[in-house]
Amino acid sequence: MEAAKEYTLSVLTEDKPGLLNRLTIIFSRRKINIDSLNVSSTEVKGVSRYTMVATETKEHLDKVVKQIRKLVDVLGAFVYEEDEITYREIALYKISAELFEKNGEVEKLIRNSGAKVVETNQHHVFLEKTGTKEETHELYIGLEPHGILEFVRSGRVAISKSMRKTEAFIKELESSRSNKLSIKDF
Amino acid sequence: MEALLEVKEEKKTITGSEAVLKCLVQEKVDTIFGYPGGAIMPIYDALYGYEDKLAHILSRHEQGAVHAAQGYARASGKVGVCFATSGPGATNLITGIADAQIDSTPLVCITGQVASHLLGSDAFQETDIIGISMPVTKWNFQVTRAEEIPYAISRAFYIAASGRPGPVLIDITKDAQMEMLEFEYQACEKIRSYQPYPEPELEKIMAAATLINEAKKPFVIVGQGVTLSRAEKEFQSFVQKAGLPVASTLLGLSAMSTRHPLYVGYAGMHGNYGPNVKTNECDVLIAVGMRFDDRVTGDVNTYAKQAKVIHIELDPSEIDKNVKTEVAINADAKQALKLLTPLLDVNSHQEWLSEFRDCDTLEYEKIKSGVLFPTEGELKMPEVIHRISEITKGQSIVVTDVGQHQMVTSRYYQFDEIKSNISSGGLGTMGFCLPAALGAKVGAPHRQVIAVIGDGGFQMTVQELGTIMQYDIDIKILILNNSFLGMVRQWQELFFDRRYSFTEMTNPNFVALAASYNIAAQKVSERADLDNAIQTWLSTKGPSLLEVVVEKEENVFPMIPTGSSVSDIRLA
Repeated sequence: MEAAKEYTLSVLTEDKPGLLNRLTIIFSRRKINIDSLNVSSTEVKGVSRYTMVATETKEHLDKVVKQIRKLVDVLGAFVYEEDEITYREIALYKISAELFEKNGEVEKLIRNSGAKVVETNQHHVFLEKTGTKEETHELYIGLEPHGILEFVRSGRVAISKSMRKTEAFIKELESSRSNKLSIKDF
Repeated sequence: MEALLEVKEEKKTITGSEAVLKCLVQEKVDTIFGYPGGAIMPIYDALYGYEDKLAHILSRHEQGAVHAAQGYARASGKVGVCFATSGPGATNLITGIADAQIDSTPLVCITGQVASHLLGSDAFQETDIIGISMPVTKWNFQVTRAEEIPYAISRAFYIAASGRPGPVLIDITKDAQMEMLEFEYQACEKIRSYQPYPEPELEKIMAAATLINEAKKPFVIVGQGVTLSRAEKEFQSFVQKAGLPVASTLLGLSAMSTRHPLYVGYAGMHGNYGPNVKTNECDVLIAVGMRFDDRVTGDVNTYAKQAKVIHIELDPSEIDKNVKTEVAINADAKQALKLLTPLLDVNSHQEWLSEFRDCDTLEYEKIKSGVLFPTEGELKMPEVIHRISEITKGQSIVVTDVGQHQMVTSRYYQFDEIKSNISSGGLGTMGFCLPAALGAKVGAPHRQVIAVIGDGGFQMTVQELGTIMQYDIDIKILILNNSFLGMVRQWQELFFDRRYSFTEMTNPNFVALAASYNIAAQKVSERADLDNAIQTWLSTKGPSLLEVVVEKEENVFPMIPTGSSVSDIRLA
């Protein structure tokens, strides 16, 4: 039995309401947990990109991807291993202003991690750290003993290292002749 | 001048409701199965003036309407259309929609919805039918503005009928039905994100031909894909040229005559002995338009492991889903077979074919002889189906429900005509048969339609006798009555220590029930009366019902117990 691994799915879709639901149904039907999810626009107008992370066997995930491709408004779906993509996640940390000012160790930790202070007020300091999940987690572990008031991490955003261009991919779909069967009249 | 312009505008501007009907006319719809209610009343009001263009059949329950639309689609090869109102009307469609999804039946279901300003507010008869139907539709769409109607309906028909067919639901808010729009209709021909007909890869076709030409023991399993792609002729040429033995899945039945010399039987849980055993002996397994359902494969880990598998399948998500393939041809069956057949060597595989015939002989001795020609005891389901098959010469459309009678019909009715087998396969929906049969008759008015139902399933949608009466739909209804939920009882007997937990039924007087609907009916329980009863039943003008009292605790054999290998099929 093949072991489960973390995979990143990149799904290009028409920008239509209800699609998120359609996509997640395919995961929930097979009881697969989605570790992270991000929806964004792309460089092509009217086309959205869903980036999803799930831990599963490749075989199982390939079946999921085929079912995703079947959705009428899905333009394409791709599954990637870690070395096939460039990816980032962003994390925000809220700590007390007092801790930040008085604890030199915390300040050093933040400096070494490459995190940025994005906002401060009388009570709180807001930190931002961009990187892989491991990197944002490392800062979390470092800050935790000193007290983190709130923590949030975004879904993964990823771009594949392949040569494919979204626009060319869509053009190819548009020129495809597989919309009907010439030998059969419906 | 101004007056002229006004007339022109009046011509183009119509209500959303009328637009719905105009779209259906454009899509060459002739019949709608439906049930009115509050949120779809504007559409029904428009329908009142459209009776000359669109026939509407009022079911007695929305589930009846959707199953009728399924039967219509399966018998005619066209898209089935049904209407229902919001809330309970819409949710009552769900069983039929799920059935159509898993059995690839093209449907367009149109539901009324509360006015758009009420959406999400728990208004009277509001339900989120888009959310509810999402997992069981090929596509769905909510219309909240009249101008979206032509777009939604044109896409609905294109998506439902093309590629691997399936059900589509269009939900239309009441205000959109009443709003005016400038109507213009264009049939949908292309959606860039939807590629229903992948081009077959020639190298795959060539690889498949090589495997078939080199095979010593090739074996074909045909599924409904051949029927759906209207590829019956191409399929026959394909198997005849290379002399390939053919078994059928449940829904593949009637894609090829069961009397054809290359036809070796029905594959799967209650199928024939030969096709199941030989699945694990063949060297090349060619699956055409089927999806390796667990009722076909039994334990998938011991299924055809020795064979190289060729899978001709239109839906790429079915390829390698359950059974790993050596060569996958992702294409429409008709197109793939047209390319593949010319590359095949002429062959006959006589010896291999005779191995199937040996299996038939064994099955005949162990099972068929006993159940087809008994001379004493109570009537048995197989002998009843066998007589009907002989008397109708395999020419009828036979619609079945779900359970023992369904397996018996699939085993013993000799389908001789294409598009003659209509059954609920994937979902296994009890209550499917009666409404599907009436829909099938509407879809194929010149054919005889026989509905074979158990006493349990009959009572799940028995209200549709009202529809049959009102529209005088000439179907022949057969109830095989064993006063049990027979298949569940069989499993209880075999796997649950004969603990008959809630499977015995006290039934009404079916003959009197039919009589109250003005449907001619008779009951038979003696063997000597069977043939006469069948003759009278089938020759009655208009709808008629025959109740046959059959042995209470009869089992359907052969059987592959759940989780067993196809080669471990039990003959008793």
